[in-house]
Amino acid sequence: AAPVQVQLVVPMAVVFGPGSVPGDLPKPLPFRDVQEMEISVNLRASVTSRYEMRYRSTTAREEAALAAATAREADAALHPLRDTTLGSLTMYVVPETSSLLPQGINVYVGKHRSALVRAGGSLAALQARLREVAQVMSFTASSIAAALSDRVPDGQLSPDARRYLKSSLGYEITFSLLNPDPKSHTVDWDIEGAVNRYVKPVLDKLSLVANFSVDSQILYYAVLGVTPRYDKESSSFLLSAHSLPHVINPVEARLGSSAASLYPVLNFLLYVPERSHSPLYIQDKDGAPVSTNAFHSPRWGGIMVYNVEAPASPQASLPLHVDVDMARVMEVFLAQLRLLFGLSWEEVPSEFLLESPGNEGLADWELDHLLWAHTVENIATVSTTLTSLAQLLDKIGNIVIKDDVASEVYRAVASVQSAVTKLSLGHLHAAFQASKEAVTSSERAFFDPSLLHLLYFPDDQKFAIYIPLFLPMAVPILLSLAKIVRESRQRKKEPTKMD
Amino acid sequence: VCTSRFWFNYRHVANTLSVYRSVKRLGIPDSHIVLMLADDMACNPRNPKPATVFSHKNMELNVYGDDVEVDYRSYEVTVENFLRVLTGRIPPSTPRSKRLLSDDRSNILIYMTGHGGNGFLKFQDSEEITNVELADAFEQMWQKRRYNELLFIIDTCQGASMYERFYSPNIMALASSQVGEDSLSHQPDLAIGVHLMDRYTFYVLEFLEEIHPASQTNMNDLFQVCPKSLCVSTPGHRTDLFRRDPQKVLITDFFGSVRKVEITTETLSLDRGVAAFESK
Repeated sequence: AAPVQVQLVVPMAVVFGPGSVPGDLPKPLPFRDVQEMEISVNLRASVTSRYEMRYRSTTAREEAALAAATAREADAALHPLRDTTLGSLTMYVVPETSSLLPQGINVYVGKHRSALVRAGGSLAALQARLREVAQVMSFTASSIAAALSDRVPDGQLSPDARRYLKSSLGYEITFSLLNPDPKSHTVDWDIEGAVNRYVKPVLDKLSLVANFSVDSQILYYAVLGVTPRYDKESSSFLLSAHSLPHVINPVEARLGSSAASLYPVLNFLLYVPERSHSPLYIQDKDGAPVSTNAFHSPRWGGIMVYNVEAPASPQASLPLHVDVDMARVMEVFLAQLRLLFGLSWEEVPSEFLLESPGNEGLADWELDHLLWAHTVENIATVSTTLTSLAQLLDKIGNIVIKDDVASEVYRAVASVQSAVTKLSLGHLHAAFQASKEAVTSSERAFFDPSLLHLLYFPDDQKFAIYIPLFLPMAVPILLSLAKIVRESRQRKKEPTKMD
Repeated sequence: VCTSRFWFNYRHVANTLSVYRSVKRLGIPDSHIVLMLADDMACNPRNPKPATVFSHKNMELNVYGDDVEVDYRSYEVTVENFLRVLTGRIPPSTPRSKRLLSDDRSNILIYMTGHGGNGFLKFQDSEEITNVELADAFEQMWQKRRYNELLFIIDTCQGASMYERFYSPNIMALASSQVGEDSLSHQPDLAIGVHLMDRYTFYVLEFLEEIHPASQTNMNDLFQVCPKSLCVSTPGHRTDLFRRDPQKVLITDFFGSVRKVEITTETLSLDRGVAAFESK
C-alpha cells in the first residue's frame, strides 16, 4: 500500500472571557498559534494534526452572552455570534471560579461547534485542556487509526476498532416489525409518522455524509432462533447475553433487501414476543435486565424487544390490539444508529459535560467527527485502490485500458489530491466532497468489468498456441527459401566460370 | 461451486448441496451464499426420483430440500463468472444475489468440487481454471480487502495442487487429495445408478452434522477428517498463510455465522412534541 501522508488542519478560535486570561501569555491578545501533532499509525501512513489557534478576547456581545445563568443558555446565546463552518471550533474560556460550569465540570461542549472551558491557571494547563477538548470534538488518534484500519497490522488494533460502519456513498435503513404471534397480538405501528417525525431530522443532518433510503416491513411468524429461559423470581422470560449472537441469523433469512441498490443495509428490528413468552427481557453479562431491552450488532443493525402488558382481565379476547409507542422505540433505534456510526461518548473524560443533541440526533461537532474519519478513510481507500490497480497493470502487460477507465483514474487522482490539499487548508466540507468523488471514480475504475485478467493472454500462452500451427508450415517455406538463395548464389558464380 | 456437467457427475452436485445445506443449517442465510451448480441433477431427465438429490445410499438424506437457492446455474457457471464474482468486476446489471458483497470483516468459505488435475480444475468440460489464476484472484480480493479470512476447500483429484500457489495472507486451504493422487467417490446407489458422493465430502458432511451453532470445535478437528484408511487419498491442508493458530479457529467462524453483539445502553432523548416534518 502506498504511503498516505495527510495533514488535518482544524481552525480554532480561543476566546477569553473577562477574568479568564492567564498571566503568562507570550504575546498580548489577539495572536495566532499553531500546534502540530503527529498521529502515526504505522510506517506507511502518517497523519499530522495541526490546530491553528487564534487567541482573542471577547467582544461586548459575547461578554453579555457569557453572563447567562447556565452553560446551556450561554451556548445558545453565543451560537449566532460565531463561525460555524464545518470543521472549525470555537472555545470560550471562562474564569476558574466561574459558576457557569457546574462543580467538578471543567468543560461544557455544546451541540454546535463550541465549548466552554474553565481556565486552568497557567497557559500551559489551559492549552492541555484545550487540546483535549479539540480532540474530542474533531478526531482522536484512535478514531483516525480506526478509519485507517485497513492499513494497520492486525495485532496493533483493538478488536473493537473495526466495528464502525465503513464510509459508503449511501446506506439503506430498514425498519422491521416482527410479530411471531399474530393470533394473540395485533400490532399497529405508525412507522411512517415516526420516520417523518423522528428519523428524518437525523437523516437530514446526516445527509452531508451519505444518501439514506428508508424502508419498513412487517414480518409475521418470525421467531427468534433462541428459546428464552423462564425466571421464577421475576416471573419473566430472559434472554442471556451469550445467546444473543444466535438470534440474528434465523431472522436475517427472512429480512430481504432491496435488489437494486448495493449500499450497506442497516436493519432495525422491533420484536413483539409471543403471549407465551411475555414479558421478555434481555440480560446483560452480569445478569441484570437491560433498561433499553435492546442490543445491536456492529455493521448490521439493532433489535429491540417490545413487551406488551398483560391484559387487565385474564378473560380479555384475543387478539389484543397493541399500539406501539413509536417515540420510545425511536429513542432506542436512533441511539443504535449513532452507535453503529461510531458516535459514542464513552471515551470522553468525566470532567466534560456534553449537551444532548435532542431531535437532531447528533451534534454539529459529531457530524464533523464523522466527516474527519470518513475523509481520511476515503483518501486511504483511494490510494490503496489506485496502487493495486497500477500493480495489476504492471503484472499483465497487455491489458487494454478503455478510455473511460483511464478518465476515471485521472479523475480519482485529481480528486484525491484536491482532498488532501483542502484538508491541509482546513476546509473540511470541500475535502470530504472531493474524497467522495475520488472514491467513486477509483471504485468505478478498479471494478470495471473489462479488467478481468482472464481476458488477456500472457505472451507465453500466445507462443504456445501459434508455434504448433506455424512451425510445421514454416519448415518447408524456410527450406525452399534457403534453396532459392543457394541457387541464386550458384547462378552468380557460373558466369565467371564460363568466362 | 460445482463445476461438472452430465448425469454421471451427480456426486459433485450432491457434494456441493450437502455443504450448502450444512452451512445454511449453521446459520448462514441465502443472501450470504453464492451457489453455483453446473448442471441440474434434481430435474435431470435421467433422475429416477425427480426433485431430489441424495447423498446417502438407500435415499436416506435428500440434500436438495425445499429451499435451495441456486445463484449461478448450468451454463452460467464459467471460469469468467467465477472470477468475476470473486474479484467483484461484475457488470452493473447483475442482481444483488449474484454478487459477493463482502468487506474487510467477512470470513469467506469457498468450496469447489469437480474434476481436476495437477494445477487446474475443469469447468463444464470445456475450460479450466489454473491455480495461478485462482491465486491471482485471491490477491485481487485481498488488495480490496474483500475478506478478513478465507477458507478454501477443494474436493477433486490432485486437489492440493490448487492451493500451492496462494500468496495472499489469511488463507487456509484444505484439499481432498495430494498431487498425484485421485479423489475417490464413496458409494453408488443401485436405484439411481450413479455414485452419490465423494469420500472426502461425505466424511466432512458427517463431521459437520455434529456441529451446532454454538459449537466450539476447531479447525484441527476438520483437518483430521477422512484419514487415509477411509479416504484412500491423503487429504492435505495449508495453514502457513493464515495468521491465527488453527487450533483457535472455530468451525463456526467459517461454516456458521456468529455475530458480535453489543447491548445498547444508551438512548437518545427525543422531544415528543415535535411536529412531523413534511416528507421530501
